[in-house]
Order: sequence, then structure tokens, then C-alpha cells
Amino acid sequence: MATSVTTATGVAARAVDVWKLYGTGEAQIAALRNINVEFERGRYTAIMGPSGSGKSTLMHCLAGLDSTSRGAVYIGETEVTRLGDKGLTELRRDKVGFIFQQFNLLPTLTAQENILLPLSIAGRKPDQGWFDTIVDTVGLRDRLGHRPTQMSGGQQQRVACARALVSRPEVVFADEPTGNLDSRSGQEVLGFLRDSVRQFGQTIVMVTHDPNAASYADRVVFLADGAIVDELHDPNADAVLEKMKNLDKVGEHPRGDA
Amino acid sequence: MFRAVLKSLLARKIRLVLSGLAVVLGVMFVAGSLVLTTSLGDSFSNLFATAYQNTDVQVAPKPAPGQNADSGPSAARGATVPESVVRTVRGIDGVRAAHGEVMTNGTVPLGSDGKAIPSTTGQQYGGNWSGSDSVVQLRSGHGPRAPDEVVINAGLAKTGDFAVGDPIRAIINGKTHTFRVAGIYGYSGNRDSLGGETSIQFTTATAQRLLLGRTGVYSDVTVTAASGVSQQTLADRIGSRLGDGYKVQTGAELTKKTTDSLKEGLKFLNYILLGFAGVALFVGAFLILNTFSIIVAQRTRELALMRALGASRRQMIGSVLLEAVVIGILAGALGLLAGIGVGAALGYVFTHVGGGNLQLSIGVPASAVVASFAVGIVITVVAALFPSLRASRIPPVAAMRDAATPDRPLTRISIAGGVVFVGGAVVLGFGLFGSLSGTATLWAILAGVLIAFIGVALLTPLIARPVVGAIGRLMSFSTAGKLGRRNSARNPRRTAVTAAALMVGIALITGVSTVLSSVQTSIDRLANEQIKADLIVSGQQTSEVPPSFDTALLGRMRGISGVSSVAGIYRTSAQVDGRNTAVAATDDVPALEKSLSIQRSAGSISGLGDHQALVDSKTAKSDHLKVGDTVRVKLPRGGGTYTVSGIYSSREGGMSGWLLPHAAVAGFGLTNPTSAYVTVSGSGSTASVKKQVDALLADNPLITVADRSDYVHQQTSTFDTVQTMIQILLTLAIIIAALGVVNTLALSVIERTRELGLLRAIGMKRRQVMSMITVESVTISVFGAVLGLAVGAGLGAAVVRALHDQGITQLSFSWGLMVAYLILAAVIGVLAAILPSIRAARLNVLNAIAYE
Repeated sequence: MATSVTTATGVAARAVDVWKLYGTGEAQIAALRNINVEFERGRYTAIMGPSGSGKSTLMHCLAGLDSTSRGAVYIGETEVTRLGDKGLTELRRDKVGFIFQQFNLLPTLTAQENILLPLSIAGRKPDQGWFDTIVDTVGLRDRLGHRPTQMSGGQQQRVACARALVSRPEVVFADEPTGNLDSRSGQEVLGFLRDSVRQFGQTIVMVTHDPNAASYADRVVFLADGAIVDELHDPNADAVLEKMKNLDKVGEHPRGDA
Repeated sequence: MFRAVLKSLLARKIRLVLSGLAVVLGVMFVAGSLVLTTSLGDSFSNLFATAYQNTDVQVAPKPAPGQNADSGPSAARGATVPESVVRTVRGIDGVRAAHGEVMTNGTVPLGSDGKAIPSTTGQQYGGNWSGSDSVVQLRSGHGPRAPDEVVINAGLAKTGDFAVGDPIRAIINGKTHTFRVAGIYGYSGNRDSLGGETSIQFTTATAQRLLLGRTGVYSDVTVTAASGVSQQTLADRIGSRLGDGYKVQTGAELTKKTTDSLKEGLKFLNYILLGFAGVALFVGAFLILNTFSIIVAQRTRELALMRALGASRRQMIGSVLLEAVVIGILAGALGLLAGIGVGAALGYVFTHVGGGNLQLSIGVPASAVVASFAVGIVITVVAALFPSLRASRIPPVAAMRDAATPDRPLTRISIAGGVVFVGGAVVLGFGLFGSLSGTATLWAILAGVLIAFIGVALLTPLIARPVVGAIGRLMSFSTAGKLGRRNSARNPRRTAVTAAALMVGIALITGVSTVLSSVQTSIDRLANEQIKADLIVSGQQTSEVPPSFDTALLGRMRGISGVSSVAGIYRTSAQVDGRNTAVAATDDVPALEKSLSIQRSAGSISGLGDHQALVDSKTAKSDHLKVGDTVRVKLPRGGGTYTVSGIYSSREGGMSGWLLPHAAVAGFGLTNPTSAYVTVSGSGSTASVKKQVDALLADNPLITVADRSDYVHQQTSTFDTVQTMIQILLTLAIIIAALGVVNTLALSVIERTRELGLLRAIGMKRRQVMSMITVESVTISVFGAVLGLAVGAGLGAAVVRALHDQGITQLSFSWGLMVAYLILAAVIGVLAAILPSIRAARLNVLNAIAYE
């Protein structure tokens, strides 16, 4: 689908006037304040912000893992915020891919089984060509029969990446994907994510607090105190770091980051 | 440290409840059985204290040969006390009053439907009415005045729905008589019966004629003392006056004897209940062991941190054991309370069944309280011992590592399991085949089974992997099923202990049903081989006295066309050369021998002279008797010297013992035949003969005629009842094991929270999560069942093999039941998964992923 790669048009996910509130009355805290953001299809976006800025909460709300207090979230044309549990489950299964900081692989399954898990849960047949492409891209061809305990952290996270991509989701959400990795493994994973955007037109939204990780993205959205405060396109690590320093001065309100 | 333990307990309430519940159930059985026996014992003591309230001394004949001296009113027609003794006793100084009493067991009342009214205690008294006193109270009508008038107790009136003026039929010595209810009486304290018995009282003359066979004799003499004369003094005086021929007992002695024999009976009930308590606790121990193992595994980091902070090994062991003690105390207390409730409820049922409304006084013996807490604490602590040792071996450095500890190899535990299993098998084999005395045999078998079970439980992890994989494969048609199967094979130890608990219950049930069905099959086969008679006339025993029928019927059966021979059988208790035994007599020796396939061993067995007797080869061998020897036989109402004229042999389980000539029947306690074997001639039709014999027996519902296969089936049908009872009780063990499955699953769900969160995050539906947990549960349960069926079948086969010499030659498995147990296990698996799977499906995806 070379055309869709180059013309990367449309919006994969968007938030409209999203508020996320915790508690009531005096004790009420706003984790997200009137967020309006769009994530274009075929782009690699990083969400950054200091601890407690609400970046993880935003991602959870976008992915349908958490509910919003006000406002609407869309994945493609689907309004996530109107879905019940069943709809959310199917949304996550068919339209969303996840990559977690903790890898979160099933220890009883081999690498191959872990990668194919979303498809087998849905009862769908894997596309062998696509599977091979992913496996070769992440470089796990010789590890497919191994269990998670027999693999390094970097390898496990690459399995998690392959798993997120295998069902060709509308958007992949990655939550601090390099947080538990050494810098070399982290770079491999980040490079692989960027390649999947470039080569396959995948849409990726990644939460991170690491400026170096953010520099792999096409665009960085900055969050502070629950609101979007800034944005960078085609960033480099130094620019991101500079922005972050400023943000740290702004957002000094301590708050439990969800 | 104590505060930390309490906090950790409170933080794990569900776990506490689940593991505690097993102990509570076990303790409940222990306490319940002790409370029940004490309460019933107390109630019956009170009862008999009032029953003999107006009896200071009782004069009774010496018990008939072979009869139990303490079994209350002499069964059937035994020895009697003549009228003259009553007069003699009246003349003794210190006697205020003495009257002759007729009281025998075996007067069977018939209901309006023509069927016998059963008595819960097996006592169906007939006697002479001696008027109201402070214990016996006439409630309506009047005493019997005519020979056909009777007074019945209110209990019988209620069960049989009799009112004053109604006709009542009763079978006495094989004959049906019709009377008219003249009055209904009860006992002091507004009781309808003493203990659920039926009682029909006649005029003295009628009672003597019908029950004792002649007038002028009594069953015993009831004496009241003049004021100022003690029971013992009076008894001594009467005793010395009457000499050795009579048994003289005080009212206090009688009360004590009756109560003691009742308590002896209750002991049996006690043993059964305690046995099931044992099973429940044994299974419960598995559950607790598993819970503590999982808790220790889950808290590895926490425990390692405590070690790192300087807690000693001993403190680690102490902290786990302290938790066990607290659970034990709580479970003991709850079990005790539940046991008191169960004991009281069972006591109420026992005392109110069959119209008896006995006053029940609930007694909680100190032993119940002590046993409840001791059992509760000891079982939990023993079960928690291994997990506590494991906790103490956690190195401090584990606090810094990932909590997931690698699977330890199963070599050591498997070797240990093998050794223990072989040890148990050896002990069991010693018990089954060795030459131990009675009680030692029982203990060896019990210990053997127990040790073998532990051995199998230790071996289970090794078996778990392949077997669980195989079982799971049957269910892994979906991704959820596949994941469930993998999860159940994930921690072989945990799966093993959970399944082992189920294994114990199912193995016991399977073992018991294997033995029972083998015994049944063997008896069936033996009886079919041995009994050559075409029709068998016999009675179902409903009271202590076997039902009998009129001798004249034998002749009338012979008169039926198509009948080639009839052998009537008479039975009685007797003493042969001083030894208590049961003897038989027949009116047609060759017909009996033909009917029962009896073979000649020595001498002649073709007939019997009036002073000749036949004996079976086994008895002859053990008593060193040969043809021509003489034996002294004491019968309830006679006896004499008999010469052994022949020795016969029959197969194991067939006819055995002494066969006396027809003439000896006059001295039997029961002079009517109790059974008969009818042979139909080649030209006759069995069915038509059966119909005619049926017609002859029409007015005696206690006696029935059956063809050979029906008869054989009747003989073994009691086994079905026994099997049902044991199944019901052992179901408790299975319920506890099911709790174990729930517990394991609940803990697994907690442990795998993050995985479940991930599965939900990547799109697994709630229904899929639930079916995943259910598959895991069913796999574990079916694994336990398969193990239990294998172990139980092996156990049953071993017992059957040991019983080979007792004539149990057929090994037969009740396949239907075994399949039913397997299905039951699968159902248990599904039920056990309900709560954990709902819990898993309801997990908040976001929290679950972030769960540590």
C-alpha cells in the first residue's frame, strides 16, 4: 500500500474537550483539562511531560483503557467514549495495539504464540506474509520458539512490539516502552517503531519522559498539569530537553500520575 | 511480629475464610458427633430412669442359651417364670407388691394397607396390660377386658392412625390376629413411646397364650419394695429365697444395663461420624497446606525483606505458624458452634423419628470443646509446617530479585513420594494379608491407606504435567481453553496438591464402591451356583425377632400341584457344648440338601434320627468332631444329647453350622419356620406355583416368596443402601476439595492479575477470560478425579484380593459410578470456577496492568 504510506492523511485518533477528574468538591483534582489533540495517520507521535503531567492518563483515555469525565475520544471514526465494555474490548482487539513498559508477555506462551495472541483471541487467521515481515523486522526469527523467561528484556519488548503490530491496528499505544531497557536495547526498539511508521504506515502514540526516545518521533506533544502546553515537529533530543526544562518550572504541582 | 501476622491475615480475608472453612467442616463433624452421642446418651438415661421408676426389683428367668443376657425382654418364646414364683415373691418380707409381667419382642402390628408398621428401634413389644401407674398412663378408652381387646401405645396409634374402637391386626409367631383397640396409653412427660417402639398390650391370659405359648407363666416378675427396704436388700433376699434358677436385678441395675447397651450402640454411630471427620480433616489439611504455600510464594519479597531487615529464620517460621494457630483457633471455635448445631439437629431427628417424641437434652461434653480446638489447631499447624520451613529458607537477597522463583526440580519430592507410597502399600498389604489381630488389622489398613495417599500426593506433581496436558488438550479448542490448560500445567505442585485433595475423596468412594460391587457380584454368583430351589419363601426382618410363618403352610405348599419338594427351615439360638451358636432344623433333610447343593463329607447325610445331628466340615474341623461323636445341645426351651451322624460340606458362603432333626424344633425359641425352599417338578410351572404360594402367604405380609434370581438380588440389595450412605457422607470430603479448587483459582487470579489485565487490554472478552479460568478449573478437577479413580480402583482391588479367602472371588468395578464421579468432578470444576472467573473478568484493565 505504497500510496497510503506517502499520502498519510486522516486522523487515527483524536481527543475533543477531554477532561479527567478525580475526587469531588474541594478534593477534586483534574488530571486532564480540556484536552484537544489529533494524531494523524501514519505518524509517530510522542507525548511528553514531567511526572504528574497526565501523559499516561491521556494515553489510557485515548486507548479506551480509562474513562473520561467529559469530552470525546475517537479512534478512526469510532467514538471510544460511547462504547461499553464489549465494544471497548473489540476496539482494543481490532483497532488498537499496546506496548507496555513491563513487556507483559504471557509466560506460558512462546514468542510466536505471544505475537499471534491478539489474532487467536479474535479467532482470526494470521497473514503469514505480514507475520514474516514483522518477525524479520524485529529480528526474532530464531527466537520464535522461546518462552519469555528465556529471552532478554530487549527481545521481550520486541516480541511485545510485534504483538502490537500483528493485527494491523489503527493505532499503537506505547507506554514508556524503553523504561525497563538498557540504552542499546531501547534504541533498537525505538528504531523498530520508527521503521514501522516509515515502512508500513503504522500510527504510533508513545508516552515517554526520555527526550532521547522522543527524538525518534515525528512530533512531540508536551503536557503539563493536565493540559497541552506545547508541540514540536521533527524534534531532536536537545530541543526536547530544552522544552522539558521549561516545563519542569511550570508544572510544580505534585499529583499522582495515573 | 504478632501485629504483623494479624495485619497480613486481615489483608487476606477471603483466603482466610476459604482455608478456614475446610477445618471448620472437619471440626464440625468431630464436635457434632461428640455432642450427638452425649445428648442421646443423656436423653436415653433419663428415659430409662423413668421406665424403671416403679421397679425396685425384677425377677427374670436365666437367659435362654445363646441369648445375650442384657438384651432386655427375651426375644420370642424363651424361658418363663411360673405363676408360683410370683406368689413366693409376694410372701417375702419387704415386698410391697409383685406382679407377673408378660413382655416379648416380635408382635408386629399391621397398618391399614396390610403392611407391617416398622419400629425405628427394632422393638415391637407385646405384653399384658397391668393398668396405669406413675409412668404408664391410659389416655383414652379402657384396659383390655375381652381376649380380643388390646391397649396400644400412643406412638403406634399415631403412626398407624388407630383410634379407640378400631380393629388392629398384628402378626404374632407367624400368625395374623385381629384385635380391637380398647384403649391408648402414653408415658409420663406426655411421651408417646419410650424410644420409638410399638407396643400392644393384651389381657394377661391372652398375652400368656399368644406370646408365651401357655397360661400360668410370665416373662418376669416386677417387684416394688416396702418403704424402708432398699432395692439391694430386697434383691438379696429374693435371690437367696429363689435360688440359682432366676436372675434377680434391682431397678437401678436394669436402668444402667439398658442405658449402657444403648450407649454401646451409639458408640458405633460415633465411630462412623468420627471417621468422616477424619476424612474431612485429612482433605482439609491439603487445602491449608496449599493456601499457605501460595501465600508464602506470593510474599517471597515481603518475607525476604523481613529477613534482610534482620528477622531470624525462627521468626519467619514463627510468623507463618502463628498465622496457622490463629486460623486454627478461629476454625475450632466456629466448628464447635456448628458441631453443637449439627449434633442437636441430628439428635432431634433421631429422637423424633417414627413418632417417638423423646425429650432431648443437649449436652456439650468437655471432650467436644477440647477436641475441637485441639483438632483445629493441630491440623492447621501441621499443614502449615512445610510452607513455614520454606518461608524460612528464602534468602534475603530475594527481596532484590524478581519475585518469580524458578520451578524447583521435582526429583526430590518424587523420590520421597515413591518411598512413602511404597511404605504405605507395605503397611496396607500387611494389614490386608498379614496375620494381625482384629484391631491391629484395622489400624494397619487405615495407616496404610493414609500413608499411601500422602505418597500419591507427593508423586502427583510428577504425574501432573503429562496427565494435565492430556486432559487439557481435550478442552483446548479455543485460545481461551489453550491458555487455561497451560495455566493449569504451570505450577505442577499447586495443581497437584489441589487435585490431591479431590483425589482422596474420590479414591475413597471408588474404593468402597469397588469392594461393595465385588462383594455383591461374588454373593450373586455364589448364590446362583448354590441355590437350586426354584422358589424361596422368606421374610424381611423388621424387628429383633425374625418373621416366621405357620408350620401348617409347609404341608399346604407340598399339596400344590407341580411342587416336587419343600424344605422348611427353623432357626434358633443355642449352646452346643457350651458354645453359643445358631442352629437350624428342617422337616425334609434331602430336599434341603438338594436345594442348597450340600455335599457329603463323612458319615451319612441322607436323613436324621431324633437324636442325630449334621455339622459342616469347617465346624467339625475346628471343634475336632468326627462321625459318631456326641454333643450336648442346650436349646431355649429344651435340649439334649445328639450324635454326629454325618458331616457335610458346602461352598464358601453357603449353608453352615449345625442341622438338628425336626423333633428338636419343640425346644426352639421360635417353633415356626422362618424360611422354606420349594422345588418345582419338571412338568410344573414355577410361575403358577409362585402364584399359589403367594396366595397361601396372603395374610402374612412379613413373608414373601421369590424366585431364585429375585431372591439373590434381595440378599444383596442392602449393599446399595450402604453404598448410598457412604457416598453421601464422602461427598463432604469432595465439597471440601472443591473449596480447595476455588481457593487455588482465586489465588491464581490474584497472582496473574497483570496477565489478565494484558489479555483484556489486547482484546480478550470477559466471556473468554471466564472460559479460560473454567478450563483451568475443570482440568485440575478432572485430573484429581482420574487420579482418585485410579487410586481407588487399586485400593478396592487390593481389599477384594485380601477377601478372596472369604469367598469374594469376583473383582467388579462399578463403571457407571466411576463415570458419574468423573462427570461430577467436571461439574465441580465448572462450579468452582464461577467466583474466581467472575472476579477475573471484572478486573479493571488499567489497574491490573499496573498491578505489582
